[in-house]
Amino acid sequence: MNWDIMISSVPTLLSGVPLTVQLVGLGEILGLVIACLATWGRLSGNLAAVGVSRLYVFVFRGTPLLVQIYLIYYGLGQFPAVRESVLWPILREPYWCAILALALNTGAYTSEILRGAILTIPHGQVEAARACGMGRWLTFRRIIVPIAIRQALPAYGNEIILMVKASSLASIITLLEITGLARRLIPQTYAVFEIFIVAGLIYLGLNFAIAQAVRWAEWRLTPHLRARA
Amino acid sequence: MLEVLSFGPQGWGWQLLSGTLMTLAVAVSAFGTGVVFGAAGAAAKLSGNLPVRLVAEVYTTVIRGIPELLVIYLLFFGGNEAVTAVAQLFGYDGRVDLNAFTVGVLAVGLISGAYSTEVIRGAVRSVPPGQIEAARACGMGRFLTLRRILVPQTLRYALPGLGNVWQLTLKDTSLVSVTALAEIMRIAHTGAGSTRQYFVFYTTAAVLYLLLTSLSTAVFERAERRAMRGAVRV
Repeated sequence: MNWDIMISSVPTLLSGVPLTVQLVGLGEILGLVIACLATWGRLSGNLAAVGVSRLYVFVFRGTPLLVQIYLIYYGLGQFPAVRESVLWPILREPYWCAILALALNTGAYTSEILRGAILTIPHGQVEAARACGMGRWLTFRRIIVPIAIRQALPAYGNEIILMVKASSLASIITLLEITGLARRLIPQTYAVFEIFIVAGLIYLGLNFAIAQAVRWAEWRLTPHLRARA
Repeated sequence: MLEVLSFGPQGWGWQLLSGTLMTLAVAVSAFGTGVVFGAAGAAAKLSGNLPVRLVAEVYTTVIRGIPELLVIYLLFFGGNEAVTAVAQLFGYDGRVDLNAFTVGVLAVGLISGAYSTEVIRGAVRSVPPGQIEAARACGMGRFLTLRRILVPQTLRYALPGLGNVWQLTLKDTSLVSVTALAEIMRIAHTGAGSTRQYFVFYTTAAVLYLLLTSLSTAVFERAERRAMRGAVRV
């Protein structure tokens, strides 16, 4: 074990943390929007919307993220129409391609989490809201959303951790986040295990922080389950 | 545009087919390795021995907490050294070189095993303790209890979870393409680069993975139905 290399690799690898956090954060925000749309389509009862949402979830859950990243980064650029469109300055950048791929990927999994959460809402709750004279929107805002968020939170926390791990694939399309930097350091130093340990500890630290944050959010959102002081 | 996918001399059909078989070979071997690791990990987690339990706990926490790609890089770059070091412990002087297939199977198997550990542990725990006591009371020994009572029921409870692990494993094999092993992703990447038909090749790869995942979903559903044929339906 070479401690010098290990210690000197810490600042280099830590410098990849902001990029990882950006990929996860932006991907997660965009993914949540996509997931909401997909869940809405899936539960809308409209045959076309249900079909499109199901197809989206099936394709993005059934294929590896690597295929999705390659398809967006290399595949779309094959078409002259894409290269001449207004979107090209975005789709040309590996940064935005990675975020788009991560968002589409997590959106498919998250929409299933949201769908499950909404389906577990007791029917009586919605009926009671109706009986109180609440409209569709008010029922959604006051009854469905608060219960669904509590239901979905634990699974959503797992999804964020999976997303941190998935963001390492951005290194394959040249982005130098934590894994990308580790991949570059290994042939420079020949210290595979040392660099692996440092990079691994950084990821474990990130994931631990996320798990704690989700646990805290859960605690905040379920005051009714806590013993009264 | 699609002639690049044909089975003719100009087409990539045969390569894509052999890539699909390679993906299946890696996935099946890695899943099998993972179930072995998972059984060992579950046994360790359920054992009364604290150090053994701790090792299993570290294994699942670390592997499930860091990116799969990092694990693959570790074995790809460090696997040969580690195996050589172990071989030297047993008095072998030469260098041991693992091929890309072995590295891929070991790496994906290690990841798959961490998830299998949790699935198998949960399945063992859901076998009612009364059944074990009954087996003891009938005079069955430890091994007989394991073989006749614990393993059959554990397998039944573990099947749905193992189905999920299989899907994860199948998709994780795509990452092995970074070691230049000629599976679906690698072939698609090479084909896309040499013909400039990126979209066609990556879409084909996506379709191949979709075929594999939907096919295996159907297989696991059948297996579950068969495993549950004796269970009471509520």
